[in-house]
Amino acid sequence: MPEAMAGILHLPVRRRLSNRRATLACVVLAAVVLVGIVACGMALQQQAMQTDLAQKNLPPSLAHPFGTDQMGRDMLVRTAAGLATSILVGLVAACASSLIALVLGAVAALGGRAADRAVTWLIDLVMGIPHIVLLILISFALGKGFWGVTIGVALTHWPSLARIMRAEILQCRQSGFVAAARRLGVSRARIAVRHMLPYVLPQLIVGLILMFPHAILHEAAITFLGFGLTPEQPAIGIILSEAMAHLSVGMWWLAVFPGLALIAVVLLFDAVGSGARRMVDPASSQE
Amino acid sequence: MVVGRVLVGALLRFLLLLGAVSFLVFFLVSVSPVDPVSANVGQAALAGMSDAKRAALDAHWGRDVPLIERYLAWAAALVQGDMGTSLRFNAPVSDVIASRAVNSLLLMAIAWVASGVLGFALGVLAGVRRGSLLDRAVKAYCFVLAASPTFWVALLALIVFGVQLGWFPIGFSQPIGKAASDVTIFEALHHLALPALVLSLVGVANVALHTREKAIDVMRSPYVRFARTRGLSEGQLVRRHGLRNLVLPAITIQFAQVAELFGGSVLVEQVFSYPGLGQAAVTAGIGGDAALLAGIALVSAAIVFGGNAVANILYGIVDPRMRREGAHA
Repeated sequence: MPEAMAGILHLPVRRRLSNRRATLACVVLAAVVLVGIVACGMALQQQAMQTDLAQKNLPPSLAHPFGTDQMGRDMLVRTAAGLATSILVGLVAACASSLIALVLGAVAALGGRAADRAVTWLIDLVMGIPHIVLLILISFALGKGFWGVTIGVALTHWPSLARIMRAEILQCRQSGFVAAARRLGVSRARIAVRHMLPYVLPQLIVGLILMFPHAILHEAAITFLGFGLTPEQPAIGIILSEAMAHLSVGMWWLAVFPGLALIAVVLLFDAVGSGARRMVDPASSQE
Repeated sequence: MVVGRVLVGALLRFLLLLGAVSFLVFFLVSVSPVDPVSANVGQAALAGMSDAKRAALDAHWGRDVPLIERYLAWAAALVQGDMGTSLRFNAPVSDVIASRAVNSLLLMAIAWVASGVLGFALGVLAGVRRGSLLDRAVKAYCFVLAASPTFWVALLALIVFGVQLGWFPIGFSQPIGKAASDVTIFEALHHLALPALVLSLVGVANVALHTREKAIDVMRSPYVRFARTRGLSEGQLVRRHGLRNLVLPAITIQFAQVAELFGGSVLVEQVFSYPGLGQAAVTAGIGGDAALLAGIALVSAAIVFGGNAVANILYGIVDPRMRREGAHA
């Protein structure tokens, strides 16, 4: 009860250290770890394929912290290589997807009523089919493989960011500085590049980073189902779908550690994204 | 009257959207490099065939007919209830979907209710006791769960409860080697339990976090403050003023989440070899069964649209402002 009374007299104080510097440090640290994972993973691509049948089916030990699989491959190396592949697929797909979001958001906000309706309807259409089903369809249409999954993720993840972009651009168009520039006779293209792009860029970048976790999880899921990357490519989805065949004989480490590593990467991206948002848009950080 | 107009509008939008989805689905399935003739006849059979027979097959599968014409023929048959024949299951697509939909809908319904109830309870508890250990635990749980791949959670459940503890069977919807008519309800539920559990646990995060936010707002509101000054206990506060304001938004969120639920069921069904729509979609996609894949995509879009439509109507009931905005748009 006394705690509740205190809430009436003054708003609760946030005790957590949440100044800009701490946030920046977290963002940079998380980003460095992610870059490190990609660098390690890329360097280990070849080693991830090396089989050593004398070392097969080993449970986790000091020499092999994540254990080894049925072909004697070290699971730690395979996981690192797989994470690097997933992050790169996510990078390409999320960048393409946020470009689509920017273009369609701009078309909706600046192109008049008919364009606005068309974009809104397109958003409804894409969101009307479950992500996974649409990914399966696109991947099926493109004949699976790397491009199937990358294009699929790029074509399915833009709707929510496009909505944000549309709202941002509408807000910017009604602002005083755009009206002033227009009255001064500045051309429309120049207004778009000089005034609107810098205005929406922070939100776009934050949206892009926050899209990563979804992109990576969907890439892993679709690869797991057999529509994404091929078995020769190291990928978390491949590792986990192979692990499924060996679960019933008790080789739990094949599934547990790669999954945990994937969650760690997703959480790191989330930390970078929400930290960046807090710095770009401090008003929302108290929510 | 207003309700009637809303329903007619929703129905029209549904038909328009379904038309667009059907074209999109047909287009995607048709541009696929999977050749319908060789996929259906088999490559070996095709190689040993005379040219005349091959040409006849090409004509049968409409190889030189333009995409639009093929779509119109497919759509016309679709309207009459003929969705084509499934290549993998060697049966009409509508029969395959009907038998699988029962399994899937049962699984999704259980998960929908269970995750809704659990998420709502956790959200209310966390929001009312904001900043407590419980609140932090709920937040951490939702945060980690939102970052975990659904199929990995399913694999983990399979390892722990299926393999190590042996409490639940590791797959399928009924015991292997038993006629469908002999399966008891208990056996069917025993097979359903683990997939439903996983799907429920994964679905908790969203509704719990939203309810938590709402609960915090409600507990800060003037009417709760007033009720508190009247001397109501926390329990009475939550029961009389909190719950009735929190239930409807939570139900709305649950309806709007149907797309996620369907996506999750595809992954969970695949891990547990549970014979539902999702598993059939994966089988169809890998086996080049275009008719079945298109049919399941359409059904999934209809399910999602239904969920969203209910959510929209509920939004209007919860917040009259949304109703007016909806009328303008």
